[in-house]
Amino acid sequence: MIVIVDYKAGNLTSVRLALEHLKVEAKVTQNQADILAADRVIFPGVGAAGAAMKSLNELNLVDTIRTVVARGTPFLGICLGTQVIFEYSEEDGGTPCIGLIPGKVRKFQPKDPACKIPQIGWNEVKFTRGHPLFAGIEDESEFYFVHSYYPVPTEADYVLATTEYADVRFASIVGRDNLVATQFHPERSGRIGLRLLRNFCDWDGTC
Amino acid sequence: MLRKRIIPCLDVRNRKVTKGIRFQNNVDLGDPVEMAVAYSEGGCDELVFYDITASAEGRRIDLDMVKEVGRAVRIPFAVGGGIRNLQDMYDVLWAGAEKVSVNTLAVEHPEIISDGARQFGRQCIVLGMDPVRTDDPRCPSGYEITTRGFRQRTGIDAIEWAKRAVDLGVGEIVVNSVDADGTREGYELVLTRLVAEAVSVPVVASGGAGTPQHLIDVFQKALADAAIVASMVHMGHYTIQQIKEELDKAGVPVRKKW
Repeated sequence: MIVIVDYKAGNLTSVRLALEHLKVEAKVTQNQADILAADRVIFPGVGAAGAAMKSLNELNLVDTIRTVVARGTPFLGICLGTQVIFEYSEEDGGTPCIGLIPGKVRKFQPKDPACKIPQIGWNEVKFTRGHPLFAGIEDESEFYFVHSYYPVPTEADYVLATTEYADVRFASIVGRDNLVATQFHPERSGRIGLRLLRNFCDWDGTC
Repeated sequence: MLRKRIIPCLDVRNRKVTKGIRFQNNVDLGDPVEMAVAYSEGGCDELVFYDITASAEGRRIDLDMVKEVGRAVRIPFAVGGGIRNLQDMYDVLWAGAEKVSVNTLAVEHPEIISDGARQFGRQCIVLGMDPVRTDDPRCPSGYEITTRGFRQRTGIDAIEWAKRAVDLGVGEIVVNSVDADGTREGYELVLTRLVAEAVSVPVVASGGAGTPQHLIDVFQKALADAAIVASMVHMGHYTIQQIKEELDKAGVPVRKKW
């Protein structure tokens, strides 16, 4: 069973509908036992890092997330879910996060005022290496982004793909072992996004 | 590089997509879900639905339609028309919409923007605005906000309102020119550019698109981040693919594979 973690950070409907489209059974839950028992875990989220971490702490899910990742369960972070698995986010005056990937999350600071924040729309994702999640997906495919902050991993090894916006080339997919995380929304990225989700549902967590 | 978005707009009335000029002489064009699927498969980057009679009829938005669209398409879509409060916003977003658009409600109750942004994140709160050209001295930009489907003048300056809405928390602004709406004679470039230069969030141009050149102009001359199309695609004059091919030739970055 795939579990979608509901930690009250925004709308999970589109993730649920995308899995429904793939005919994959999924359970939306905030229950620790469900998450620990899952075959794979999707960790989505939109909104702000401060509120998300507050909610994860209140639900006692921070350790649950650490545990399920440590035991090798295939784990997919999406958007805010990706940002809060870093150590720290600049958002909300500075927010300590879960710390599964070394590094922090920074705000876009475009020099050109015509470059708008949030980044909203389709942008190119350039793979920096191969990964089972990329099967059947062309390099430099376009995915749908909505965000004002971007992940900055300390180790280049954790960068699986990059994207350029607001004068930076940032890590748009990060990962290690059984964990992968996208800054964009595969569930909103049409056929190509569905393929990435399909690949995740078929992935054994090794790479 | 971030792509410029092409967004078909589906005005819905009694479960039918409809199109008129300045909200008049509407003709029905088809089923909203079928049209959404067709545009999505045809390469549009996003969709927007307005329930154009919900407000006037004092009923809430057609949630069943939103749910069906949510099941049918895997690209983002926004929904507006007839949003009355936070609960309506919640219902639309949880039915599967990516964003919710407020217009008259935001002018009459600006706190809905800050409340919605706090509750759901500013990226899902879209401000729709319907400015009209004016000589009213209260509107130094030369554009005045109208509400209630262009019927009500407000004396509010369009640029001032755009800035204030961003301060309150909107994540995107759709600028729909009353003067250009439905004319197919081109977007209101001056207005669009004024708004785009005044705010830090993405601006979506709306009203007046008739040819691919109109989109090229609004992206290159008016700094729009996205453009809404309606009649020109609904009537079959152009496909999304044809529009994108012309934009690509003119050097405008567009999504080419879907």
